[in-house]
Amino acid sequence: MKTIAAVATFCTVFLAGAACAQSTLRIGLAEDPDILDPTLARTYVGRIVFASFCDKLFDIDEKLNVVPQLALSHETSADGKEVVIKLRPGVKFHDGEPLDAAAAKYSLERHLTMQGSFRKPEIAALDRVEVVDARTVRLVLKTPYSPLIAQLTDRSGMMVSPKAATAAGDRFGLHPVCAGPYKFVQRVPQDRIVVEKFSDYWDKDNVHIDRIVYLPIVDATVRLANLKSGGLDLFERALATDIKEIRSDSKLKLSTALELGYQGIDINVDNGPAARNPLGSSAEVRQALSLAIDRDALNAVVFNGEFVPGNQWVSPEHPYYQKSFPVPKRDVEKAKALIREAGASTPFDVDFMVPKGEETQAVAEVIQAMAAEAGINMKIRVTEFATSLKQAEAGEYQAYLLAWSGRTDPDGNLYIFHKCRAPQDYPGYCNAGADRLLDEGRLVSDFSKRKAIYEQLTKIILADDPKLYLYHRRVLIAHTTRLEGYKQMPDGLVRVVGLRLK
Amino acid sequence: MLTFLGNRLLQLIPTLFFVSLIIFCLQQLLPGDPALVMAGEERDPEVIAQIRRQYRLDQPLPVQYVYWVKGVVTGDLGESMRIKVPVRDLILEKLPVTVQLATMAIVIALVIGVGAGIISAVKKGTLWDYAANVLALWGISTPNFWLGIMLIFLFSVKLGWLPASGFVHLSQDWRASLAATIMPAFVLGNAIAAVLMRHTRSAMLAVLDSDYVRTARAKGLRERTVILKHAMRNALTPVITLAALELGTLLSGAVLTEQIFSIPGFGKLIVDSVFNRDYAVVQGVVLVTATTYLALNLLADVAYILVNPRLRG
Amino acid sequence: MDAAAVGSVAFDVAEHVETPTRRALRRLRNRQGAMLGLVVIVAFILLALLAPLVAPYDPAAQSWAAVRKPPSALHWLGTDEVGRDILARIIFGARASLLAGVISIVIAISVGVPAGLAAGFLGGFLDGLVSRITDAMLACPFLILAIALAAFLGPSLGNAMIAIGVTTTPIFVRLTRGQVMAVKVEDYVEAARAIGNPRWRIAIVHILPNILPALLVQATLSIATAIIAEASLSFLGLGQQPPAPSWGSMLNSAQRFLSTAPWMAVWPGLAIFLTVLSFNLLGDGLRDALDPRAR
Repeated sequence: MKTIAAVATFCTVFLAGAACAQSTLRIGLAEDPDILDPTLARTYVGRIVFASFCDKLFDIDEKLNVVPQLALSHETSADGKEVVIKLRPGVKFHDGEPLDAAAAKYSLERHLTMQGSFRKPEIAALDRVEVVDARTVRLVLKTPYSPLIAQLTDRSGMMVSPKAATAAGDRFGLHPVCAGPYKFVQRVPQDRIVVEKFSDYWDKDNVHIDRIVYLPIVDATVRLANLKSGGLDLFERALATDIKEIRSDSKLKLSTALELGYQGIDINVDNGPAARNPLGSSAEVRQALSLAIDRDALNAVVFNGEFVPGNQWVSPEHPYYQKSFPVPKRDVEKAKALIREAGASTPFDVDFMVPKGEETQAVAEVIQAMAAEAGINMKIRVTEFATSLKQAEAGEYQAYLLAWSGRTDPDGNLYIFHKCRAPQDYPGYCNAGADRLLDEGRLVSDFSKRKAIYEQLTKIILADDPKLYLYHRRVLIAHTTRLEGYKQMPDGLVRVVGLRLK
Repeated sequence: MLTFLGNRLLQLIPTLFFVSLIIFCLQQLLPGDPALVMAGEERDPEVIAQIRRQYRLDQPLPVQYVYWVKGVVTGDLGESMRIKVPVRDLILEKLPVTVQLATMAIVIALVIGVGAGIISAVKKGTLWDYAANVLALWGISTPNFWLGIMLIFLFSVKLGWLPASGFVHLSQDWRASLAATIMPAFVLGNAIAAVLMRHTRSAMLAVLDSDYVRTARAKGLRERTVILKHAMRNALTPVITLAALELGTLLSGAVLTEQIFSIPGFGKLIVDSVFNRDYAVVQGVVLVTATTYLALNLLADVAYILVNPRLRG
Repeated sequence: MDAAAVGSVAFDVAEHVETPTRRALRRLRNRQGAMLGLVVIVAFILLALLAPLVAPYDPAAQSWAAVRKPPSALHWLGTDEVGRDILARIIFGARASLLAGVISIVIAISVGVPAGLAAGFLGGFLDGLVSRITDAMLACPFLILAIALAAFLGPSLGNAMIAIGVTTTPIFVRLTRGQVMAVKVEDYVEAARAIGNPRWRIAIVHILPNILPALLVQATLSIATAIIAEASLSFLGLGQQPPAPSWGSMLNSAQRFLSTAPWMAVWPGLAIFLTVLSFNLLGDGLRDALDPRAR
């Protein structure tokens, strides 16, 4: 941070003029990203850093519509098995190589075939990529897959320089070469990531800040302290309980957007012996738990009412939200009645696994108090992240408080959770009807048709309740008022084009 | 002396062996699967299996241990699963940070601890004694993560005098570097000050009672000369060796303090790697810091013996 | 002088001879810092024992209308982030912290002292083995060992106590061993051996009582460190599970409300500070009182 001051001092003392007035944007991250290779990366914060140096084929706007970035247009064939993408002309990678169809083909195939690629499951439907001409590629799919374009607005659509990627192999992430507005300069693990303006960017007239420094600061309180004292210009994941303070500070501004993901509770229904308890074995008891929780009060107590209660995998403001299944109000009497009907005797204990987090404990405690009134004793067990992953997968829990960061396409919030034995089906939920609808939803591209399919799916899932959806967070980005032009998108990423630092 | 040194060096080998065993086994016993942690949000089983193969996580423990030791002996400490940087590079990168923080902390500890210890001993039984006592004890009576947060709140947010977090290398900008490290160094040094104070105090008390100090007083020397020239020099020797040991502990990294202040040193590296199940990093870093600690231990013992015979004379 | 007079003089002398214990207690009583520390510790112990009678509210009772309220007549120390009374949680939290402090040290002593006795007294290969393992444990960062152990055993107050106890054991091994080495060359030990006492008897009857003072001092000081270690583990989420209170986890929750609800942070921090300071003062006082060199 203060290095920039040193450079600036050096500049003004030894070299005068506008050439030396470097503007630097310091962004505070909630954790240190993992490897900066779009094929091998897996963290949410990594995507925030990628937004500055690694452009994708497409991007999204605040209404979740797909907009051009490195590609100009896409066209899906009638049978849904071919997608033709036209690339933007005149785009260069940071090493000067051109972004042409061959480079696009290389990048996509890298995501699909490289050993250890985390993008493979995301674009598994892709069979091969064909070069049509220098500006056009054709993606040939094994089966129709409507979420594909949405995947291309994320890491799977990030283009890497074939020359650099071939040379570096799996070490590409140590010095990545992409086609974004900034180019990678330096990374000191757990300390900082520095990127610098790329003079040959296709939209260079809209890039006004010279340098961006990403600083991982784990503690949200310390991130805010840094922003207030001038050590940062922007930081992600402000706490809901800090919103009032940020808004009352005239030098700070809060940019928000409702997240694409959700927060909820997984109930172990069929993943091992732990599922044999009143909650896991009876859908009515699960519905009772859902009714016992006062989502509005939870929001009010823990988040000062800033977040949005929910009951589906997309938020009530999302186009795919099914209005015919509104968020239930608390009803303890009905909950008790349902439990009686199910034949369970109260009170009974539930092993409630809660991953460690700044706010998760408070959420769990409030839920515990609410559930207790219906006779359900949630026994909180705060577990660190790595352990909770393992235990969730192995079914060593009865209830599991979890969060999902969300994907642009609703399928991304559904398939891997509710499909029988899918990687994140921690509850062990298997329902043939649900499976069929999940697969159908992927084959269809038309919005209203898909929504109708998902309406039937919602009915099944809300009746079985293997996952209780509780609320949706807001993406909370706090920044200095000196930063102009910042707009928050629901995916939580910090987009850096069009920003000015006064 | 040489036999002593030789013996102690020989003892290092089984000790380091046990260190490696302790850290290796402890990590492997940790619940949670590194491959799962690494596997990203989608958790594709194929990818998980590939990670396991690549990092030999599917092999039995003793086999993994042997591979690791083989690497260590040839200078290869493995690489971070998370960011694919060799552990050796990570250590070299973070070494100056930890050394700077540790040195500053020891200096602060010596100033506060030795100062308080001398005052407490010389003015024994008076208000100064108790004041010095409480001042030094304050450091180990407060959890350091707590003190850190309060200091950030006071000096960064309310007063704006110091940066809230981060680290600047001494070579880049010494003023900024001091500003960034003074708070964490104080938090760390505070705690050690108490230990140093105790030992300074008892050493001073013993020395103030001794024959040659009595002689010096009898000769009519001013009290200040007696204390500064005669008593201190002899009392401080055990304290300096103790400070060297504490330095060794500090070089292992200050886990919570670095976390709070976002100092990219060994402590933060180790604890983040434990939570990420990045085995190679934890093993490599702890092995290096343990070796440093044991080496400093040895040096302190040697120094103590070297200095002592002259003292007795 | 006749025999009766001599006898009465001897009797007078005997009455006024002070046993070492009495001398130590007298010196301790004279050290005001230590006495103050003792008083505070006893006060906290009483609070912990009588918690259900003394606490004004149920420490787990949430009150969603009274979230993060500042200190008032209704809640003397204010309320926390889910509306629980902080005073009640501090009182009940004393149980966790004091238990953690004492039990971890009991574990450390029960394992460390016998090991140190055996190593120091028997010497040879056993001594070498124990010493190397102890050195190795001391060379590893204490908090990392504790974190790893606590994570392995599972998050709970009991397991945190075990983790802290195990990681503190090396200190007692080393201390005991050192004391044993110093004491075993003393005359009375030689004498005991000469009359044919078995080794275990010598260890327990002759050596142990003489190293007790040093152990007592170290135990008191280690309790102080253990309480801080428990706070650190709770801060990291590895100790007392919610909703049961622990000063460390209260600090953890308080962290993000520093500017909006500072009272949430002040009281647990103060409680830890007073308790740990008291143990430290007591320990230092004991050391002075038991020091054979001091007047």
